[in-house]
Amino acid sequence: MRLTTTCTIALAAGLSLLAAGCGERPKVTVYKQGQYQGKPDTRPWDNDPPKDPSIVAWQKGDKASWEKSIKARTLGQNEYVRIEGASNK
Amino acid sequence: MARMKFLADAERCIECNGCVTACKQEHDIPWGVNRRRVVTLNDGMPGEKSISVACMHCSDAPCMAVCPVDVFYKTSEGIVLHDKDLCIGCGYCFYACPFGAPQFPQDGAFGLRGKMDKCTFCAGGPEPDFSEAEFRKYGRNRIAEGKLPACAEMCSTKALLGGDGDVIADIYRSRAITRGRGSEVWGWGTAYGRPEKKPAAQPPGAKS
Repeated sequence: MRLTTTCTIALAAGLSLLAAGCGERPKVTVYKQGQYQGKPDTRPWDNDPPKDPSIVAWQKGDKASWEKSIKARTLGQNEYVRIEGASNK
Repeated sequence: MARMKFLADAERCIECNGCVTACKQEHDIPWGVNRRRVVTLNDGMPGEKSISVACMHCSDAPCMAVCPVDVFYKTSEGIVLHDKDLCIGCGYCFYACPFGAPQFPQDGAFGLRGKMDKCTFCAGGPEPDFSEAEFRKYGRNRIAEGKLPACAEMCSTKALLGGDGDVIADIYRSRAITRGRGSEVWGWGTAYGRPEKKPAAQPPGAKS
């Protein structure tokens, strides 16, 4: 009787181990874009424009006017336009 | 607005390291950390080429992808920034970055790796604009002042352009059209264009 019980327990344990093996899933890492965990940042156009003659002033809080100011600054890097008569065209 | 980008013109860079110096000075960068550096190919040989390299503020930034604590974020202008308070200094971003942009201060014993430091496109970080904390951690915020990165603005030959990607691409395009090509493979004419040559007067009736 005891032998039968032991055999039954062993068989059950073996079957459960086999079943666990069947349920194993492939371990492939799938990347998921994480969420930024840090502090929120402020936006550049939410500041007052500095009193600098080289900067085109923008309206505080107005993104479009800040972008216009930055674009004017960026175009200043083109010396063909900035320096009159420098173009070789 | 498109995305803020850097554009390095190898034809114009004279390896003066003015961009490196401007960056160091502007943000009070400690010794051993180089947010920007100049890389030269075929150094010392005729026709050597140099480009200024820093964080390129990638549209699909690998540093953002690999960071285990998600400290990176992208501003609406496409500038890749990070929160130093959460950085654990693991160095994954350094391994992932194709430009070697992430820098780690190593001022402690046993090669201690501090919090990552990199080019911010002079846009500061997640601290109140113009605050002492922002300057100490990330450097000066020139973008909030309506200015462009110090490296690009200080570049004497305008080899390094910074700003809205569309605008600087237009500048570079006009430069490429103006440039002379032919016998002059490198030098002044290639970098700045050839002087204007008026077409020779043709006799009437001659075919062009």
